[in-house]
Order: sequence, then C-alpha cells, then structure tokens
Amino acid sequence: MRVIGHVAVNVFKESVRDKILYNLVVFAVLLMAASFLIGELTAGQDVKIIKDLGLASISIFGLLIAIFIGIGLVWKEVEKRSIYTLLAKPIRRQEFLLGKYCGLVLTLVINVAVMTVAFYLVLAYMQAETPANIREAWPAPATDPAMLKAVGLIVLELLLVTAIALFFSTFSSPFLSAMMTMAVWVIGHFNQDLRDYGATISSPVAAALAKGIYYVVPNFALFDVKLQAVHAQPIPLRYLLLTSLYGATYVAFVLLAAAIIFSRRDFK
Amino acid sequence: MKVHPTAWAALVALFAAVVGLQLLQAREQPLGLPAGVSTNLLYVRSPEFARRAALSFHALLADIYWIRTVQHYGGTKLSTAANKQYDVLYPLLDLTTSLDPYFDVAYKFGAVFLAEEYPSGAGRPDQAIAILRKGLQAQPDKWQLAQELGFVYYWWLADYDDAAMWFNRAADMTKAPDWLRPLAAVTLAEGGNRSSSRVLWTEIARSADADWLRDQATFRLKQLDALDGIDFIERIVQQYRARTGMFPTSWAEMIRAGFLRSVPPDPSGTPFRLDPSTGTVSLDPSSSLNPLPNREHPF
Repeated sequence: MRVIGHVAVNVFKESVRDKILYNLVVFAVLLMAASFLIGELTAGQDVKIIKDLGLASISIFGLLIAIFIGIGLVWKEVEKRSIYTLLAKPIRRQEFLLGKYCGLVLTLVINVAVMTVAFYLVLAYMQAETPANIREAWPAPATDPAMLKAVGLIVLELLLVTAIALFFSTFSSPFLSAMMTMAVWVIGHFNQDLRDYGATISSPVAAALAKGIYYVVPNFALFDVKLQAVHAQPIPLRYLLLTSLYGATYVAFVLLAAAIIFSRRDFK
Repeated sequence: MKVHPTAWAALVALFAAVVGLQLLQAREQPLGLPAGVSTNLLYVRSPEFARRAALSFHALLADIYWIRTVQHYGGTKLSTAANKQYDVLYPLLDLTTSLDPYFDVAYKFGAVFLAEEYPSGAGRPDQAIAILRKGLQAQPDKWQLAQELGFVYYWWLADYDDAAMWFNRAADMTKAPDWLRPLAAVTLAEGGNRSSSRVLWTEIARSADADWLRDQATFRLKQLDALDGIDFIERIVQQYRARTGMFPTSWAEMIRAGFLRSVPPDPSGTPFRLDPSTGTVSLDPSSSLNPLPNREHPF
C-alpha cells in the first residue's frame, strides 16, 4: 500500500511540475469572463448558462487531463527507460500500475475540487447580484447543492476514462491510446442506440451483436446528469448508487485487465 | 542563442503590417451575395442528429443555439433590410429545445419571437403554438407553458375560445396561480377586452423573469392607459361640442373654456393630438407608444 502511495504522490508531483494545474487558471478566467459576457448575449439566462458552462468545463478539462496524461503514464517510463530502475526495486508491476492510476486520480480529484469551488463562487456572486424578483423565477438557487451530484458522476466518469487510458497505454503507443480511449468514450455515449438497434434491422444476429456490445462497452451516458442537475430535476439516490456501483466495478475490471497485460509485458 | 536585432525589428514590422492590412480590409465594402441568397445558415437542422453529436454536452450546445436564436432574432429585428427574414428562428428554437427539453425560456420567449407580427417578429403564431406544445409534451405540468399558449391564441390569433381553454388547462395544473381561472372566465365571456388584457399584462409585468419581457408588458400597459385616456378625453370633447355646438380647434381652446387644465399628455409624456374636424383624439406620430392596438379588442 505504501508503495502505491509513493508512486501516486510522484505522479501528482510530476503533474504539478508539468503545469497541469494551469488549467485551473484557464477555467477560472473562462467562468468569470463568461459570467460578465453571457448576460449581454442572452435573454436573462445567465445563471443557467453559467451552470451549463461550468459543469461542461469541469467535464471537458477533466477528460483532457484523464486522456492525455493517462496515456503517457506507462509509456513515459518505458520511453525514458526508467521502468527498468523502477521494476528492479521491490515493487510489483501491479503496484506500480495502481500507483500511477491513483496519482492521476488524485490530480483529477484536486482539479475537479478546485474547479467546483471556483464554479460555486462565481454562482454565489451571480446570486448576490441578481434582484430577488428574478431569483424567484429560478427553478433552484444558483448555488444549488444538488449540482454536486452531477460533479460526483463527472468524477466517476473521469475515473473510468483514466482507467481505460491507462489500460491502452500498457500495450500501445500514446497516439493510438488517445485515439482508442476517445473512441471508447464516444461510442459509450451511443449505447442507447446500440440497444435500440434491433428494432430497426431485420437480422437477429446483428441485433443480438449490437445488444451484446451495448452490455460490454462502458455506458458513459449514465454518468451525465448535468441537464437534470441544472434544471433541479430529481436525481434519485438509487440511480446515483447504481451508477456509482457500475462505474466502480468497471474501473476495477479495466484496471485488472491492464494489470494482467502489464504483468505479462516484456520490456527487453 | 542570441536573437539578431534585425529579427526583432522584422517581427514588429510584420505584426504592424498584419494589423494595418486588417484595418485596411475593414474599410473595404463587404463582398455582395447574389439576390435571394440567405446568409442565415444553419448547418445542422436535425434535432435528432444534434442530440447524438452533443455526446454529454446537450445543455451547453442548447445554450449555444439559444444564444444564436437571440442574436438571430435581435439582429433581424434591428436590420433595416427590406426583405429581412426570420427563416431560421423556428429551426433554432427546435434544436435548442430538443437538446434541452427543460429550457423553459426558449419555449416562452421563443413563442413571443415567433408570434409577434412581422417585421418585429416572425409573424408565425402557428410555430409559436408548435414550440409551446412541444414544451408541454416534455413537461406536461408546466402551467406557464399552457398559459403562454393561451396568450398566443388570445392576442395574436384573437381566438378567445381556445385562449380560455388553455387558461383553464393551465389553471388545472399543480402550482397554478389563482388568477388563471377568473382570467379564463373573463376571456370566454368578454373576448379580448381591455380589462382582461390589463390582467394579462399586469401578471406578465409582475412575474416576468427577464427585463425585456417586463419592459414589453409595461409598454403594453401604457398603451392600454393611452386607450383609456383617449376615451376619457373624447368624452370631454363631446361635452365641449354639446355646450358650444362645435368641436374645439385646439387644446388651448378647451383649456380657456375650462374643460381641461393643461394639454393632456399620453403615458409616454407626449401630448395627445386633436382632430378639430371630427373631434377624435389620437397619439401624436412622435409618441413612442405608436402604433396603438385596436380599441375594441386591444390584444
């Protein structure tokens, strides 16, 4: 466990050295600039748009970090040949891999946490600046804590994307890993169509195949409750728990698969 | 490695040249388009496609389409072109509300943009009804959308039966305000008279969640006040005629005769106009309240 912790802390330090956290400045500037400009462009929908923009930005920034850092986690060590030094030490390959994963997750969680705080600060400012009669027409306060449910599921989605990126990076080049991770993420949003595919085609084999893929490919659409959170629509606890369980199980499955491949990889 | 001073000078010169050329370009006349070619391009028209392509960013894409809707409406409304068109207004609203079915403002304001008479709006109450019905499909218990539907029937189509039916439907919904039921009754009994119009606009002015809608309601209420004012002053003109046997030739004459204390202004502050030949009172052409709606069925 200590080994995993050491590797994780190192990954986090490396991401700080690589100026990954600069994205937080971009996020803050984007939100603050938008909060001033949006009011000029829309008919009184500033708060709704800032909520959408904030949640989407947290998701996009996190996704970019998860993919583009995730794919380089193992590859960089191999490329710099530091993997030999590392694996010569009393450290198991699985621990090394899990440490790398936890390090990036730590970076992501800190990123998302800071972005969320900035997001709520901007919303609190907008709430304070809005007259009471307009606030009354909002479906929920600007700083509605229910939006944390959406943030929570974004984090879960990022954990899964990181695991997938790490999985591909154990046996592929960074470019291919990025492409494949992105492809899985995109296909994961079309899961519903795969399930309904059977209704539009006559071939039962193709329909069964599509349904099979539906069950296997990660269903990323499940993690998206941003729309419901912004409009203060109910998001049942059962849904959150079931989706969290699904995400955690999938992460475990992908990490195990990555560990198996990595443990069998020949670095000679 | 040290950068040669000439390189720095060249860099500054090139940057200045780029900015200068851009300034020059901005002064040029824009290239024309063949007649009949619309610049209102909408690359994606299928809401189904947009929904799929948005992946998990439906709400953000809906916002982008909403901003485009507002810009398209505002830009066209302010345009001085003779054949200005609101041709992509409905598709934009359709895309916005397909991407975010809870985007209430897109239904509400979108219906206003669509229903308003050309050239101030698209002059398409049928599309306004379509977008509001779509909203009610997504949120069947949203009384505000049913109320808006009633509005469209009420003041753009003057169809008071359907207007009353929608006000009643809105009143049946949960959290509907108390004033909807009497409004439905008044609409059904009296059609578009001034008192029911006043109830509608007062409620809009009170509950509007956007400045421009509140301004619009305030403007309509001032128009109603102007209509009441015209009726009142015309009655005084008739009294003058009954006493003197002729219509007054000016406000000054009526003031001298003690019928008025001063020149009567409309609610915008511009004096009313008197027609000495018929005794009719109207808004001055310079009044910001022009054009006034029909006096019998205002809205």
